[in-house]
Amino acid sequence: MWDIIIQIAGIIVQIFPYAIAYTIPLLITALGGLFSERSGVVNIGLEGLMVIGGFAGALTISTFQRSMPGTAIWLGLFAAFVAGALFALLHAFACVTLNANQVISGIAINMVAGALTTFLARNMTGSGNVRIRGMLRQDVPVLSEIPILGKTLFTQTYASTWVVLAILLLSAFLLYKTKFGLRLRACGEHPHAADAAGVNVYLIRYLAVMLSGAFAGLGGAIFLATVSGEFSGSAGGIGFLALAALIFGQWKPIGILGAAFFFGFATTIANVSQVIPLFSNIPSILLKTFPFVVTLVALVLFSKSSQAPRAAGEPYDKGKR
Amino acid sequence: MRLTGNSPIEGYRYLFSGGAMNIERIGNTLATATPLIFTGLAVAFAFKTGLFNIGASGQMLMGGLGATAVGLTLAWPKPILLTVMMLVALFAGGLWGAIPGWLKAKFNVHEVVASIMMNWIAFWTVYYAVPAYFKGPFLETESRRLPSSASLKVPWLTNLFQGSYINLGIFIAIATIIIIAFILDRTTLGYELKAVGHNKHAAQASGINVNQRIVLSMAIAGALAGLGGASFYVGFASNMQIGVLPSQGFDGMAVALLAANSPWGVFSGSIFFGILHTGKGFMNAMTNIPPEIADTIIATIIYFAATSVLVERLWERLKKKKILRFLEKSDVGAGGGE
Repeated sequence: MWDIIIQIAGIIVQIFPYAIAYTIPLLITALGGLFSERSGVVNIGLEGLMVIGGFAGALTISTFQRSMPGTAIWLGLFAAFVAGALFALLHAFACVTLNANQVISGIAINMVAGALTTFLARNMTGSGNVRIRGMLRQDVPVLSEIPILGKTLFTQTYASTWVVLAILLLSAFLLYKTKFGLRLRACGEHPHAADAAGVNVYLIRYLAVMLSGAFAGLGGAIFLATVSGEFSGSAGGIGFLALAALIFGQWKPIGILGAAFFFGFATTIANVSQVIPLFSNIPSILLKTFPFVVTLVALVLFSKSSQAPRAAGEPYDKGKR
Repeated sequence: MRLTGNSPIEGYRYLFSGGAMNIERIGNTLATATPLIFTGLAVAFAFKTGLFNIGASGQMLMGGLGATAVGLTLAWPKPILLTVMMLVALFAGGLWGAIPGWLKAKFNVHEVVASIMMNWIAFWTVYYAVPAYFKGPFLETESRRLPSSASLKVPWLTNLFQGSYINLGIFIAIATIIIIAFILDRTTLGYELKAVGHNKHAAQASGINVNQRIVLSMAIAGALAGLGGASFYVGFASNMQIGVLPSQGFDGMAVALLAANSPWGVFSGSIFFGILHTGKGFMNAMTNIPPEIADTIIATIIYFAATSVLVERLWERLKKKKILRFLEKSDVGAGGGE
């Protein structure tokens, strides 16, 4: 018994860096989804926005990585942030100004993003792929000296990980402790009441959708810089997984952190299960489908007490009572 | 397109002539359109009941997997084998559609989210099932080729269209359109399904079992997409590749939107998309325009379909204003506008 526990602990320490690398893009994208849905706009287009971010990041990094190797990655992440926000304007315009069906618009975003970026990449590089030199893992200066914890948490980390965790804290603060956050949440629960109280629902929703695009773009670029190392016109379904994490985390920052962590671990275990003796008996199909099945179960369990924003998915119509 | 330094007009000419230039290409266009007819119907049918079936890709995969599994294991005479394969595809897809339907009816889980999850479950199921049981001789990533006795391709049809991909699926698809149009327009079931789509509460009040109809609608939609999967994997292609979520599921949405959910509209929409998809390769060969332009066109269509409601509303408002002004002018005295 004791053996097995030690063994599992050893495995967790071993795969921890990989799980984190997978969790972080998932987390930031789900956070983006959080802002959008909390303001009342369903964003199925997260996957596409990630692709846009990945493309912008790949392009920037591959342009600058010769001349300034250190800062190129950060420039790339910033470019992805901006590109995601701008592309999300399409979704915002359709959903907020034009009162379009949010699901259909999101699907269109996904399709346009995949096709358009491959199209552009092919024009620029000749093939649909853009290779870049990824981000380097670094030890956190002092904290990595802490005995066991330090080795697990603070060695071999990506700098982007800490940025994303900072954004998570900032987002939670923004959502729950500021005027803007309160207004945003009000727009997602009862836009008419918010409007009556003098909140500009359209503006808030525009900002929220753009923020979600920016975060998803960042997620796409981080995925590119840390996990895949190559842009190939897709984000490997992480955008959809982020949607699942958002639901499983019940539309709350901390819940999303837990859900993203959980999904990141499940996926990583599925990826490496063949080489770890303890898991090699479990068919990897079970581990791969695990996050999705769990989300379905969670949807069923929470269906009675769902915390979903009440107005999510409905276009705001001023004249409606 | 102009940005890439090619003439757009020339590009479009190649795009469309590539889909309809000679008899072989027409055959390919029809063959490409076949799965789209099924997925388009799958989306349109669910839409009639007010459900958004985003899971056609997963249902296609499961249908294709079922049909391929039967085709590779059983060695029966062709007519019987094909019938069994189509039935298995029907049930596999139907099951995959019924699950989100059931979750929607029983637990009020949003069918879009549930369908996305089902898509990825199907994706990984195929990803592991194909290499484990039906591994191809050369590549790990695709299944064995189906024997010709288990393919929807038949020699006379292939010869008629001079060696194109066309297969029996197109006939099944047309028959399915007729059946679906009949169900929707001429039967009680179709009427009830549409009633649920128009107003759930009114339907409930008039004695329709809404929950049961929701499950049934999703199951039929799933079955249609499952047939589409069979027509794609054992008709158009001859084996299954892993790691691909078939794009036909998403194109089906575009087709259904374009067709305004009418079964015959789905047919013409699918042909249009078939031309786009067949022509893009030809256009790519003749000019330097990358083939992704066709996907971009499709996505743009979806985006504008989503926003087209607004245009309609604007039109209505303009008309209303005109009438009001007319009434004011002729001093009849207009009542309240809104």
